[in-house]
Amino acid sequence: MLPFFTEQFGNPANLYSLGAEAAQAVEQARASVAGLVGAKPEEIYFTAGGTESNNWALLGTAWAYQEKGCHLITSAIEHHAVLEPLNFLEKQGYQVTRVPVDSKGVVDPEEVRRALRPDTILVSIMHANNEIGTIQPIAEIGEICHEAGVLFHVDAVQTVGKLPVNVQELKVDMLSASAHKFYGPKGVGFLYLRSQARIGRLLHGGGQERKRRAGTVNVPGVVGMARALELAAGRMAEDAQKERQLRDRLWQGMQENIEAIYLNGGLEQRLPSNLNVRVAGIEGEAMILMLDMEGICVSSGSACTSGSLDPSHVLLAIGIPAEEAHGSLRLTLGRGNTEEDVDYFLSVFPRVVARLREMSPVWCARCVTKQRNS
Amino acid sequence: MYSEQVMEHFRNPRNVGVIENADGVGEVGNPVCGDMMRIYIKVEDNVIKDIKFQTLGCGAAVASSSMMTEMAKGKTLEEALKITNDMVAEALGGLPPAKLHCSNLAADGLRAAIEDYLARHAAETGSKT
Repeated sequence: MLPFFTEQFGNPANLYSLGAEAAQAVEQARASVAGLVGAKPEEIYFTAGGTESNNWALLGTAWAYQEKGCHLITSAIEHHAVLEPLNFLEKQGYQVTRVPVDSKGVVDPEEVRRALRPDTILVSIMHANNEIGTIQPIAEIGEICHEAGVLFHVDAVQTVGKLPVNVQELKVDMLSASAHKFYGPKGVGFLYLRSQARIGRLLHGGGQERKRRAGTVNVPGVVGMARALELAAGRMAEDAQKERQLRDRLWQGMQENIEAIYLNGGLEQRLPSNLNVRVAGIEGEAMILMLDMEGICVSSGSACTSGSLDPSHVLLAIGIPAEEAHGSLRLTLGRGNTEEDVDYFLSVFPRVVARLREMSPVWCARCVTKQRNS
Repeated sequence: MYSEQVMEHFRNPRNVGVIENADGVGEVGNPVCGDMMRIYIKVEDNVIKDIKFQTLGCGAAVASSSMMTEMAKGKTLEEALKITNDMVAEALGGLPPAKLHCSNLAADGLRAAIEDYLARHAAETGSKT
């Protein structure tokens, strides 16, 4: 990736030889990414990341197929980069059905089938959820969409590079991915678009990306993304196994050391790197700040972090009451984490919980003991 | 995101806890919103002799509770009633805009505790006469 910032700085759209070198690097990256997700190179479009890919897939499809209909289907737990463009489309007169998920955080494919209408033009369901890591039955939903002749988009930002993602096996027509989620550079991603599908333009301008996405391609970014995906594919099983072991050790330790702590979402159908828990009687941001003081970086599903009063829409969708959702914490393990990290967390976290519970007007240790004994 | 004063009060909150047999107790906020405070006061000769708080909430909620207790301790009830949420936020070197309406409740909690004290006091005085 680095030479494309310095020596090989040519614009791939130009005719001079430096441009040709850059263009060749971009096409190599395209072929590599395509091969790793089971697509043809001409079905891969480079973008500025997951948000652009999702916006383009949803808006571009809505515009390209408006003569067919104005109905789109999604789930209640999508990322904001899907929910917001759909809210935008609703304001323009499109109709959106948001199918629910069960208490484990999984979409029932039959709910998607029931939501289909003659004027449905697109179904968009995420592969794995960004907050609770739950993995959706994408291939089954894809089958239902294909039978009905409806296009199927998948936001796979959480899974590309982490789980095997093959667009043929998953039966998807469009798929969004983002490089930084698999240790690539930030601000670059791609959209897979099946050759037969039409799409309207989101960015108008020059004729880059086969006249579908105007703008000079981020050459260092796409070269870095392709390399990161090659590396991730080579060590996917190994990384996943290690993350799962650490995650299970973490969850085991938390349950043993802290009372009234609960898992958000099911554990089985879940990204191996994800843990999302809620702790009774305390609030998420306070936990984050205290853990940060101890050198531990985590995030929450709590309102305070997003600057909104509402707790996470994902936690509410799996049936967790607002007052409990505020006390949630999302822990993500990565390649760099070790057993020592997990043990360090487990040595710090019970203290943090105890301190915040001492301060809490709603935590009552005796009540919990009483409940448990009864 | 937070000022140094906020982080300092969050790290070392003053006057955390419960006053048994408090003269006044005030409760504001709601766990559904994610922020809730309970304020306890001990009043002698119209002066707040002791004050403690329990808070469920984010960093701003804890820090503003702690700062408010420092501001109120030793004040007469009339002086204490003049403390506003904005004054608490200002003493903390400001709060992020999103926190100003959801987590900055400490002065409301103090007012609720004083009102509780005054209501009890009036009832006691009333029953004596």
